[in-house]
Amino acid sequence: MGRTIIEKILSSKSRQEAYANDIVVAGVDYVMGQDGTAPLAIRAFNDMGGAKVFDRERVAFVIDHSAPSPNEGVSALHKLMREFAGARGFRLYDIGEGVCHQILPESGVVGPGCLVIGADSHTCTYGALNAFSTGVGSTDLAGGMISGRMWFKVPETIKFVCSGILPAGVYSKDLILYLIGDVTADGATYMSTEYVGDAITAMSQEARFTISNMAIEMGAKAGLMEADEKTFAWLRRFTKREFKPVTADHDAVYARMLEYDVAKLEPQVARPHRVDNVAPVSREAGKPVQQAVIGTCTNGRLEDLRIAADILGGRKVHREVRLIVAPSSRRVFLDAMAEGIIHSLVEAGAALVTPGCGPCVGTHNGVPSDNETVISTANRNFKGRMGNSNAEIYLASPATVAASALTGKITDPREFL
Amino acid sequence: MQYSGRAHKFGDDVNTEYIISGKYKFKTLDMKELAKHVMEDLAPGFYEKVTAGDFIAAGTNFGCGSSREQAPLAIKYAGVGAVLAKSFARIFYRNAINTGLPVVECDTDQLDPGDELFIDLNAGVITNRTKGTTIPIKPLPEVMIRILNDGGLAAHFKKYGGFNL
Repeated sequence: MGRTIIEKILSSKSRQEAYANDIVVAGVDYVMGQDGTAPLAIRAFNDMGGAKVFDRERVAFVIDHSAPSPNEGVSALHKLMREFAGARGFRLYDIGEGVCHQILPESGVVGPGCLVIGADSHTCTYGALNAFSTGVGSTDLAGGMISGRMWFKVPETIKFVCSGILPAGVYSKDLILYLIGDVTADGATYMSTEYVGDAITAMSQEARFTISNMAIEMGAKAGLMEADEKTFAWLRRFTKREFKPVTADHDAVYARMLEYDVAKLEPQVARPHRVDNVAPVSREAGKPVQQAVIGTCTNGRLEDLRIAADILGGRKVHREVRLIVAPSSRRVFLDAMAEGIIHSLVEAGAALVTPGCGPCVGTHNGVPSDNETVISTANRNFKGRMGNSNAEIYLASPATVAASALTGKITDPREFL
Repeated sequence: MQYSGRAHKFGDDVNTEYIISGKYKFKTLDMKELAKHVMEDLAPGFYEKVTAGDFIAAGTNFGCGSSREQAPLAIKYAGVGAVLAKSFARIFYRNAINTGLPVVECDTDQLDPGDELFIDLNAGVITNRTKGTTIPIKPLPEVMIRILNDGGLAAHFKKYGGFNL
């Protein structure tokens, strides 16, 4: 019987023939925690009687969610993480290095066929590198840190077949928002997802990360893609390690197959307070915004900043809008500086903040005020997400956010192309 | 495992931000403090209304969103005895079992706010003492029953030194 990508990866990592609905205990290639989840994992690690981590080279902590620390409570937790990682000799990526989901791929530790667990729901991002990576909580993370293993129910898979080429001004963010709107916030709960078709093949590797990153927003356990020459070219920038691609069998069994023609897709927005509350930007155009955010693990990569700079360059951000930009990593920040992108953004009126999660999770870097509207490239617009339950958040592509920052209202980016 | 208490009703897609907002959870490991803010944007004053052992009864996709384990912990420390829902988001589901918060998949449409319930996990049935009805429970996977019986994953690891599933 044919197998899906996730069935193959979980079979290989658990050394047995595994199919959907089997329970397996699998070896993990890498284990990651961030500053919102690692402190509780440290507590669980100690409760478990843990002494050392299973492999110092395959465990990391990242301080990205509140970085640099905005208050003494957070500072104490950061200190706890630094001391714990220091004492056990594994890597801690400190403030300014970036968002965990950019750092891990850039550090070369994840590629095709890998299994990664991270105590962050958007760990599914590396599915774009043909890896099974998924979010877990702090106690699972502690179990993974000690044992190098994790139990899984092998999920069924939904296959998204995306044909056609995205029109100018329409990006991978618009596509994934559209797909989430179509299948809804629990349309893939407990399931893996695979994204195939010429629309995906035509995308850059950076654009593909945006799709996999948001698989969790339809409830999915993974957002997988096949590896191709673009995947390997991207990986070669960061590692010499060889990876073996994992492909789905032609007779693999899928729970559902959904087909889309992307050729006529318009730019999309997710409206408050749900990620699946999606509409074409034209339907929301004209809604005033007071804050615009470009960054996060969804859309803070070099290509995203370049798209924004192409729209903002030589123009000025609307005087009633605050534009906040957070590059997703130090590497991205440096590359964007070398290309002149940062210069264009700052000259247009952007406020640059430390590479990391930026204002996405409401800890710092731009908490909106009551009755304000934010348009952001992030992945979640839950009520209160950015630190104020009386604010509204719209999610969109970097182009739509940049265009909206210029006009002070939600704007179709194709007006600026 | 048997539990009794009153139902507090919630709708579909109760996300982790509603359960415990990020603006609180990043600052502290004091779960008693976090518990005071549980569900505050959905049901202001929920913490004061809960009597120890009460249940949350929600619709589909309970706990969707972030991987924060503070979500089941804040519910547990608020005194809630179990969460009943038509379905759960997967990370929340794992986190709840790992931290020893019982999660019960069942048809919550048959419950009203304030209903007195008796839950028998082993028998797989909920008795609604207010209405005199019974509701079947979708059984937990066997691995999760083992973890829950051991008192959560930390206690399981302490007992076996690793996964013994």
